[in-house]
Amino acid sequence: MKKTGAQILLESLQLEGVDTIFGFPGGSVIGIYDALFNSPIRHILVRHEQAAVHAADGYARSSGRIGVCLVTSGPGATNTVTGIATAYMDSIPVVVLTGQVSTGLIGNDAFQEADIMGITRPCTKHSYLVKDVKELARTIKEAFYIAGTGRPGPVLVDLPKDVIADSAEFNYPESVNMQSYNPTYRGHRGQIQKAFKLILKANRPLIYAGGGVISSNASEELTTFARTLSIPVTATLMGLGCFPGVDDLSLGMLGMHGTYRANMAVTNCDLLIAIGARFDDRVTGKIDGFAPNAKIIHIDIDPTSISKNIRVHIPIVGDAKDVLKKINKLIQEEKEDWKSIRREWLDQIFQWKNTYLLAYEQKDVIKPQYVVEKIYEITKGEAIISTEVGQNQMWTAQYYHFTKPRTLLTSGGLGTMGYGFPAAIGAQIAFPEKTVIDIAGDGSIQMNIQELATVAQYNLPVKIAILNNRYLGMVRQWQGLFHNKRYSHTSLEVSPDFVKLAEAYGAVGLRATKPEEVVPTIEKALSISKAVIMDFVVEQEEDVYPMVPVGAPLKEMLLV
Amino acid sequence: MSHTISALVLNQPGVLARVAGLFSGRGFNIESLCVAETLDPSTSRMTIVTRGNDQVIEQITKQLNKLVDIIKVVDFFGSDYVDREMILIKVTAESSSRAEILRIVDIFRGKIVDVTPKSYTIEVSGDENKIRAIIDLLKPMGIKEVVRTGKVAISRGSKGI
Repeated sequence: MKKTGAQILLESLQLEGVDTIFGFPGGSVIGIYDALFNSPIRHILVRHEQAAVHAADGYARSSGRIGVCLVTSGPGATNTVTGIATAYMDSIPVVVLTGQVSTGLIGNDAFQEADIMGITRPCTKHSYLVKDVKELARTIKEAFYIAGTGRPGPVLVDLPKDVIADSAEFNYPESVNMQSYNPTYRGHRGQIQKAFKLILKANRPLIYAGGGVISSNASEELTTFARTLSIPVTATLMGLGCFPGVDDLSLGMLGMHGTYRANMAVTNCDLLIAIGARFDDRVTGKIDGFAPNAKIIHIDIDPTSISKNIRVHIPIVGDAKDVLKKINKLIQEEKEDWKSIRREWLDQIFQWKNTYLLAYEQKDVIKPQYVVEKIYEITKGEAIISTEVGQNQMWTAQYYHFTKPRTLLTSGGLGTMGYGFPAAIGAQIAFPEKTVIDIAGDGSIQMNIQELATVAQYNLPVKIAILNNRYLGMVRQWQGLFHNKRYSHTSLEVSPDFVKLAEAYGAVGLRATKPEEVVPTIEKALSISKAVIMDFVVEQEEDVYPMVPVGAPLKEMLLV
Repeated sequence: MSHTISALVLNQPGVLARVAGLFSGRGFNIESLCVAETLDPSTSRMTIVTRGNDQVIEQITKQLNKLVDIIKVVDFFGSDYVDREMILIKVTAESSSRAEILRIVDIFRGKIVDVTPKSYTIEVSGDENKIRAIIDLLKPMGIKEVVRTGKVAISRGSKGI
């Protein structure tokens, strides 16, 4: 029996295990929306297409599944670009389905036509234009396969209106056979042996763990590895949660706003074991000053990440989980007392920890760090936290001690303001019972504030904590430090009354202006089963420290 | 250093755009790029001549390999291979110089593919040195136009890539 393109699409999605998609309808996809009307797939109607991709991304990050979104052609498609680029930079598996004008009109500057394949080519892992309905099922199969395997990433499928209306026999392929795409999962045994020998010999080893540990679900293996050999662990922003943040071996985040002890450990280690991390400039600071005394082992599934920014001594291309399992097996044979072997190195790190602790002074005005710390304490670190971008993001990374993978959703690579709220929506859809909190700034939250209508429509109890300093705080901080306090256009002199705004959308608004109101506000918000905006009126000119200025080596931290 | 890279790619729309976009987006140079179908019409062969230090060339080959539509990438640098380029040259041919031009073309085993009372169009193929040499020799006669294909390359020996 023949089926229409729209039916084939939705049935293919179901066969991929998709139960929820995020989207926004339009002329080119009206056929798909018609088929969705009585499909078991749940559709979440967002209020802007950018939010559809971020929500699918938040769904993917929190659950480990592939996020899916559906938008129309032209402006619907172009509105997804920031979301796609965000997912691409952080290696998040998302399938983006875009409508397209009918095949006969492509290239004619038709109404709501955009060459979305061309526009997104540099920020997708791969993309398809389906020109024939007979190719549709295979394309969907491949799109999911590519998005979710190897180094994950967004895949775009452009669907012309006539292809969706056309019909064909529906046979969903069982497997994918792609001559040109075969990611390497298994680490090379010889390289692993070499790395193992180096690890045994090292006096001051350090693990530098990134988002790849989380994508490959290798937290358990990493934890075993680090604890067995007593090797301290520092994580990138993307890696937070891959190793318990409260463990004695955890040094917190490294890099520009990393902890003193983490950056000092990197600078002084003699072996750096990078796992699923890519030596981003915000992590390394000045390259020459990054781990200057160390041999470097780099485990990554993407060969292009290896030796891109920094020369490594032992590259291992492979899945973090597979490689760590193999290393852990080798370790079992070595019955040494690693704790006492590491004593000197761990003592040194402990000293650094006490030299400079993350700290702030809570006086009359609410300190933003205090808010994050209280959110951490009250949720016992069990919540799913998303962030926007800027100071709110860095304070969250510093003061919320993530202990489990997939509990921090943040735009690390692209640094997308407006990411956190829709990502929180995606996570809340994936985990209806969990507490999901977007820690936001008053600038960022306004970039996708329209999604308050979405949370109202679907009764999603997402919580938003706005660290409201009436500034674009991170840029203001830089202006203060490097531009003589010339606060050029970073003062948000007018913002909405967030409490009233919440109420206008049918959510609850709470405001705290004094330190003693912080805890009751958080507790009250968490007791409400609706969406809540908490407006914390915080210290206006609080800065994020420590800070490594751009271009400086990691050891040169500004400490306050 | 100049490197000649050969890539076997799926013969699909957009592949060239992906490769070109990769080079422009990451700031790599393309000195020449030549692409056409292989014996198997589902694949094409690209020959890319590029320049960069070892780290840049390593990134180029890795990034090319990462593209989903690319099947195989080989950097011929340091290996034994043959490369050739074809050039079409339209040169002014006055009565005083016509005989000289013919002699040059003969020495280079080129062909005259079009003749007018005032010009010759010459086809020559060869490696970079040969192409440069004939251009240098013909320049004094007055070159009106040149069109070059860019390099194609193949490894020596019985094995393919």
